[in-house]
Amino acid sequence: MSVAWPTRLDEAVDAAAATPGATLLAGGTDLAVEVNAGRRRPVAVVALRRVRELGEVQITPAEVVLGAGMTFSAIAAELAAAVPALAAAARTVGSPQIRNAGTVGGNIATASPAGDTLPVLAALDASVELSSTAGTRTVPLRELITGVKCTAIRPGEVLVRVRVPPARGAQQFLKVGTRNAMVIALASAALVVDEERRTVACGLGSVGPVPVRPVEAEAFIAGEIDWGRLTVPEAAVARFAELVAGAARPITDHRATAEYRRHAVAVLAGRALRRSIDVISA
Amino acid sequence: MGSSTVAVRRPSDIGADIRRPDGVPKVQGAFVYSSDLSAEGMLFAKTLRSPHPHARIVSVDVAGALAVPGVRAVLTASDVPGSPTFGLEHRDQPVFAGDVVRYQGEPVAAVAADDPATAVAAAAAIDVTYEVLEPVVDPEAALVGPALHPDGNVFRHLAIRHGTTDACGEVVVEGIYEVGMQDQAFMGPESGLAVPADDGGVRLHIATQWLHVDRDQIAACLGLPPELVHLTLAGVGGAFGGREDVSLQIHLCLLALRTGRPVKMVYSRDESFLGHVHRHPARMWYRHHATRAGDLVKVEARVLLDGGAYASSSGAVVANAACFAPGPYRVPNAVIDGYAVRTHNPPCGAMRGFGAVQVCFAHEAQMDKLAVALGMDPVELRLRNALRTGDRLVTGQVITGTAPVAEVIRAAVAHPLPPSLSDKLPMMARPGGAGMTADVADLRRGLGLAVGFKNICFSEGFDDSVAARLRLELGASGSPVATVHVATAEVGQGFVTLVEQIASEELGLVDVVLADADTGVGSAGSTSASRQTWMSGGAVKQVCEQARGVLVERAAGLWGCTAAGLVWSDGEVVREATAQRMDLAEILAGGPVEERCVHRHRQTTPLDADGQGDAHLSFMFVAHRAVVDVDPGLGLVRVVQVATGQDVGRALNPLQVTGQIEGGIAQGVGLAVMEEIVLDGGQVRNPSFTDYLIPTALDSPDVAITLIEEPEPGAPYGAKGVGEPPAISSGPAVLAAIRDATGLELPRAPVRPDDIALRA
Repeated sequence: MSVAWPTRLDEAVDAAAATPGATLLAGGTDLAVEVNAGRRRPVAVVALRRVRELGEVQITPAEVVLGAGMTFSAIAAELAAAVPALAAAARTVGSPQIRNAGTVGGNIATASPAGDTLPVLAALDASVELSSTAGTRTVPLRELITGVKCTAIRPGEVLVRVRVPPARGAQQFLKVGTRNAMVIALASAALVVDEERRTVACGLGSVGPVPVRPVEAEAFIAGEIDWGRLTVPEAAVARFAELVAGAARPITDHRATAEYRRHAVAVLAGRALRRSIDVISA
Repeated sequence: MGSSTVAVRRPSDIGADIRRPDGVPKVQGAFVYSSDLSAEGMLFAKTLRSPHPHARIVSVDVAGALAVPGVRAVLTASDVPGSPTFGLEHRDQPVFAGDVVRYQGEPVAAVAADDPATAVAAAAAIDVTYEVLEPVVDPEAALVGPALHPDGNVFRHLAIRHGTTDACGEVVVEGIYEVGMQDQAFMGPESGLAVPADDGGVRLHIATQWLHVDRDQIAACLGLPPELVHLTLAGVGGAFGGREDVSLQIHLCLLALRTGRPVKMVYSRDESFLGHVHRHPARMWYRHHATRAGDLVKVEARVLLDGGAYASSSGAVVANAACFAPGPYRVPNAVIDGYAVRTHNPPCGAMRGFGAVQVCFAHEAQMDKLAVALGMDPVELRLRNALRTGDRLVTGQVITGTAPVAEVIRAAVAHPLPPSLSDKLPMMARPGGAGMTADVADLRRGLGLAVGFKNICFSEGFDDSVAARLRLELGASGSPVATVHVATAEVGQGFVTLVEQIASEELGLVDVVLADADTGVGSAGSTSASRQTWMSGGAVKQVCEQARGVLVERAAGLWGCTAAGLVWSDGEVVREATAQRMDLAEILAGGPVEERCVHRHRQTTPLDADGQGDAHLSFMFVAHRAVVDVDPGLGLVRVVQVATGQDVGRALNPLQVTGQIEGGIAQGVGLAVMEEIVLDGGQVRNPSFTDYLIPTALDSPDVAITLIEEPEPGAPYGAKGVGEPPAISSGPAVLAAIRDATGLELPRAPVRPDDIALRA
């Protein structure tokens, strides 16, 4: 097995191109598990951790640009104000050791249905910048993640940056697991309120092969909110939760039943809404 | 390879808080576990396991494995020279499956190779043709169905008929309860190193709970006399019953003898889940009868344990389940049937609490139901029926030792309650924890009580013994050194501090050296049944007392008097007539003193056809009060506090007792709300710590402890065991609290989020 240790982005791109089929290694929290279990045997590895650009973050009024190598710990610490839902999701990942190693780029590239940051990135309409020796392209996250652990990342491409808007209203992330920490999500929900555009975006995790956007629920609730007062009628919350449940496409496995996942994701979405918008009984 | 523990000189310490000598090394990563062993020229072994729970083996072709460069041996069933089967109580389990496999993960072959990767590749290159058969995974079906093994499907049926079996109560409550399969989840997966010996035998370094019973099973399968099989205890992470059965021991020894080289094997965590026995899943039907005043009249119970594919310790586990089925209450009449049956599920055997845990979930749910039916306070109902010294169990046995049941209950409920639910409760400390799922308005608080008990030491007439050797001599510095040699497995329970405490209590100021536990000394029995303080502690005490007799005799010789006027006092021999004193160093100047003993407890008796007999030595009682916060909408639970009163006889090392109680409660909480091996047609669906969840710090409750210290007659220093009780009623208390919070019946443990959220 060959290992490349680039320190600059162009070196990383060159290294990825030089060895067809090279495996990109970021935090290793997914890859090492696969290797230890014998499910993957990389012949060439490009280790990205020394590439400084990948760990950088830029926060401007218009945009937050995360280096793909930003760890969950860094996201939790540095983006709590700019993108609170993403910081909240990062805090739910694994243990402190995992959060110190695992990266947002890795979370996207692994594309697990239970990837904790993915519902937030989906709700934020994140876009992802990919570089290769052929150039750089930007792909919306919803087009990048194509199925369970499947992405449209091409051989030789390095996931470089993730672009999301800064918070323009309340943001929430809630995650259900059978244990109070260090647990794979049975269901999760991100809620992003944009007071400028008067929209509500919702991202659902672990209830479909890819992050789910319950667009009907989003449109419905945006229409029910009194944007001047930031209130919403009680009855609308219940309907919103119902529509969320309807959008979920969960499966039954050894972790939970589809029925529970569908139920839980609706509860989570309802609670996320209540935390963001004042609910009035009339 | 071995290491001895040298204790520093310190005063007699029974009753003091003593830190474990291996505590800091374990935290710092310096402790040498069995998986850290190595030897010059050693090979690495790998086991090939059946992917099917039930199949006929049509053929096994090892040619592909032997062709892999670096492979030194490939063994299958036909390579076992001695007994083809092993087992703790009944030798019904094949070393390697020959013509049929009976559970997923059953070993079919083992290989030894120059390095671990080659061993893995070689195992994968073995070509096994299976004819896959339908597994029988329902214990009720197995109970009445065709035999899955030449020895039949019923490991044991224990019927208890006590008092007037057709007695009836004015108030009757009934219920059906279920407990899932729990794993011990000990630190340090199975591992060992086997080294061939010049005498044609083998030396095995192994993490285990009982060296001698391993040795006897290994020797029988190797076809060697036991004295040619020498075992030394290697560093153990934990056990909780999961190391009572043989796992890789025989495979390692076979490979070492075949290759003539040291062979090491280490299970991965995933393999460990398939490679050791688990806690028996249970289905339990109960009917309680009581008077209107609240006195128990009769308990009827049928307890069905799924023993999985092989016997392991199922016979003893089901005996405990039946004997302790009513809980620690006066029950004049009883009709109890306990069954342990064979299925194609993973084998089940010993785990902390050993049968008493499963029935506690049922009898405590029944007591709560009865309290409701009587309109009585559940604490009052339990106090009213609590066992006392002199009471008779449903096995007819009269409790002659201490039985502070009312005391443990009162102690548990006397602890102050935690602050009530409010917005001040941090998000992380609510149900859902780091997932930030609950607002305080989403939560309900519940309170539950449960009481449990079980036996200490082995039961039913088993000849339970521990051999101990002591050598007293002057060390290099001229000060006395006591070297204690016992085969006691230190698996985390704390014998390592106890031996030093007992030796200095009995002999005064000595440096205590605990020699490596091995089969060079007689058996110490298993580190299980909460028995090593009583048994190995008792053996060390006894051998020290014998040595004191010799020291007094020797002092008499030196003084030229008879021993009659000499007494032992504060680590010295005192001649009462003259007030002369002679210390240990002076006496030992004449040469070392060596003593040996075999310590036994009072003999118990077997149970008769009606399940009657003085089958148990002594009993430990415990009560737990759990406070939980439940999020009914999502079905999530956070156990806030568990308060406990525990009957310990006497706490010899209170710090260690606290550790046992906190750890045992965490394990009980785990069984109540998350720990379960999920099976689907005999297949384990979650053999990893990704999916077999055990409590984290955020899931573990605050623990409030009251120790009830009423010295137990006949026990060394009056100490009862303490390891198992924390795991018995803590889980049932949590279930009771969740029922209190939700109003749901919740007859099954562990409680899953669906069980609450989809029914609330």
